[in-house]
Parts: sequence; structure tokens; C-alpha cells
Amino acid sequence: MSMIEIKNLHKYFGDLEVLKGINLTIEESDVVCLIGASGSGKSTLLRCINYLEKKTEGEIWIDGKPVEETEEGINKVRQDVGMVFQRFNLFPHMTVAENVMEGPVTVKKIGKEEARKLAVELLEKVGIADKADVYPEMLSGGQQQRVAIARSLAMEPKVILFDEPTSALDPELVGEVLKVMKDLAQEGRTMIVVTHEMGFAKEVADRVIFLHDGMIAEEGPPKEIFENPKHERLQAFLGEILV
Amino acid sequence: MNPIIDFFNTVVRFAPRFIPGVIATMQLAFFSILIGTVIGLFVAVVKLANKKPLTFLMNIYITIIRGTPLLLQLWFIFYGLPGMGIEIDRFPSAVIGLALHNGAYISEIFRGAIESIHYGQREAARSLGMTRGQALKRIVLPQAFRRSIPALGNQFIIAVKDSSLASVITITETMLLARQFVAATFDVFPIFFVAASYYLIITMGLAKLLQKLETKLKVGVR
Repeated sequence: MSMIEIKNLHKYFGDLEVLKGINLTIEESDVVCLIGASGSGKSTLLRCINYLEKKTEGEIWIDGKPVEETEEGINKVRQDVGMVFQRFNLFPHMTVAENVMEGPVTVKKIGKEEARKLAVELLEKVGIADKADVYPEMLSGGQQQRVAIARSLAMEPKVILFDEPTSALDPELVGEVLKVMKDLAQEGRTMIVVTHEMGFAKEVADRVIFLHDGMIAEEGPPKEIFENPKHERLQAFLGEILV
Repeated sequence: MNPIIDFFNTVVRFAPRFIPGVIATMQLAFFSILIGTVIGLFVAVVKLANKKPLTFLMNIYITIIRGTPLLLQLWFIFYGLPGMGIEIDRFPSAVIGLALHNGAYISEIFRGAIESIHYGQREAARSLGMTRGQALKRIVLPQAFRRSIPALGNQFIIAVKDSSLASVITITETMLLARQFVAATFDVFPIFFVAASYYLIITMGLAKLLQKLETKLKVGVR
């Protein structure tokens, strides 16, 4: 049984077709990197999986069942599918620990004490337990993104989506976030990562998917994608990026 | 007699006699601000839910209230509605009129503040599995409320001063007393001076309170 199955997914923004029939299967513990030029539809694809974008057509199956497309069904999906954003989107009016506790307390109705314990544990895991009681504004971008990862882990999701998690970071802060992501991958977490970090994709991904013009143009293990690209667009894309 | 000593004598003599009026002013302001804020929040949230007929209704309310004088609105409620068989006592009439008036302006303040919260905040909340209502209550409104305080403070102070219009429907508040005392004594300057001082004390106190609230809510912001 696959963790995520996407069947013939189409997405229009007005008249513009952004996704043109995506078929994609993701197994448990898979780490899949989505690469492609901007406008190729990779972020839209990611956002369709947890219904932040409403797909126009197609089917999404999670954990062997089709997603029930009601308000409730979608909220359930979002509990199972965590998301980490490019711009972190931490809640500025809450401390770091409160940010991490928010999902368990509000959505899962877990007691505050238990949630706090969980939050501290997760903050330790991402290496910033000492910042539990400060506000996000006081943290660097890399630290904020690690809090955001802890926040999504707090819901114990089956899959985590990463939407260009390091693109808004200063170069010297990228490494600390990638390291946390690598640890998660090694734990066997199922992850889908939209990224421009080809080094990360090469090293950590089980599979790399190259999107072009709303379609999957090529997919395969990173070795093949990077060392032996077949699609002419992928060759051009890698040529530009790896210079 | 020295006119300056005269002035102070009148001020000291009349200051205590204003107290019932000042209390009425504060009561009018308090209730119209409280109810107006509730109305404002309700209207803002309904408008943002973007259900066409409801939004239309709310827009009619805002248009009418903002587009007609408060004086007329108070007259309409107190003198106009009885003609239609609806009679409301003086004090509730004034509170209803002032609250509806404040509510229209406050709803626009809240709407602006809510819309100024980055959509990423709502997305982050929803992606944790929160319902629309939970995201609004836990994430959006607390931030929007903090942002709305400066504009809200303005409106609250306006509400205190606008309560003086309740004198036209014969509510014995500060302005009505001032006019009565002037009519009786012709001591125009000292009596209006006392009335002005009371308004200043109330509005300055309110401004201070709002400032404290703003500081208190300013967590997480450098």
C-alpha cells in the first residue's frame, strides 16, 4: 500500500493549466525531491497534496484511501501531511514552544503539559531546545525553519512536505536546516521536498522528479538524474544550475 | 472683583455638580464602545467569510451608518421609531445609536487589520489541520487585534466625544449639564472649561489605557 498516490492530477489557475496530468506514487519512507525551473508546477503540486491548492481534476490517495474531499476529510489529511514553508510562517505572537504545541493542543486536544513535553523533545531533536521560551522574531532564519520543522513533527504526520525550505535562508544557514532534514530522512520519514539544493537531492533523495511545464519530464534515482539525464530540458536545467 | 478669581470660583463651584453628567458620559461611552466592538468584530468576520448575501447586508449597514450624520441617527431612533410603533427608553436608545455607529467604523478597522495578516499565517494554521474557525481564533485574530489597536484607540476616543450628542435626546450627560448651567448663570467660559476638562481627563485616561494594552500585546515584535 502506497503512502501517497496521485492519479491524473490537473490544476488550472484561471485559463492557465499549471499541472497537466501528474501521476505519482510515493511509498512509505521514500524521500522524493521535486526539481524544475520556476513555474514548472512543483510548488503547486506539493500544495495540492495537502489541499492548500484545490486541484481541478484527478485523484489523491493517502495511505490506501482516496481523500474524502469535505472540510473534515481535508482537515484529517492535513493532520497526516505536515508542511514546511519557504518563509517559515511561524506564529509571531507565540513563543517557540507554543508554536510547536499549537497543533497538538488545538487540533488534537492534547493537554498543555503533555504538549509542552513533546515540544521540548522535538526542539531538542532540531537542536534549539534552549530557545523554547523566546519569540520567533529573535531567531535567525535557520533557527526559525528548524522550529517550523518541529512544529510540523508535533502532529506526528505520516508525510512531510517541504516547499523550498532553504530558499529564504542566508547561505551560511542552509546547512543546519538540511542537516535536520537529513536526520529525518535517515529515521525513515516519508518526505517530499521541493528544492534547488541539488547536493541534498543527490545525497538524500531516493528518487528525484524533474517537472517541466506541468508534467513529470523525467524521474529516477538521483545518480541517474544527475549523471545521465535523458530529457533535453533536464540537461539544460542541470547545466544552468550546476555551473 | 478680580475676573480671574471669579473664574476659579465658578470652576470650583460647578466642578462637583458635573459628576452625574460625567458618569453618564462614561456609561454611554463604555457601553457603546463595548457593544460597538462586538458588532464590529462580527461584521468584519462575516464580511471576510465572503458569503454574498451576508456581505451585501453588512455593506448596506456600513454605508448607511457612515453616510448619515450621527445626530440624525439618534433622532431617528428616539423620535422616529416611536412613529413606527417601536419605543425605546432614552438611555438604551442612545447606547444603541452610538454602538451601531461605532460598530460600522470598528468593523472596517478590524477588516483592515485581519486582511493585513500575511496569508502564510492562515496557511500554516490550516496545514496543521485547524479548521477555519480555529485558525481565525488562535492565529489570525490575536495578531489582527494587536495591529488594530492604534486605529481602535482613535475610534474609542471619538466615541467618548460623540456621546455628547446623546444630549439631543435629553440624556443628562456632561454637555447637557453644561448647557443647562450656562443657561442659568451665563458663566459661559468657566462652565465650558469644566466640561472640556472632564472630557480631556476621560480621553487621556483612555489613551493611556490603550497604550498599556498595546505594550502588553506587543510580544514577539521587535
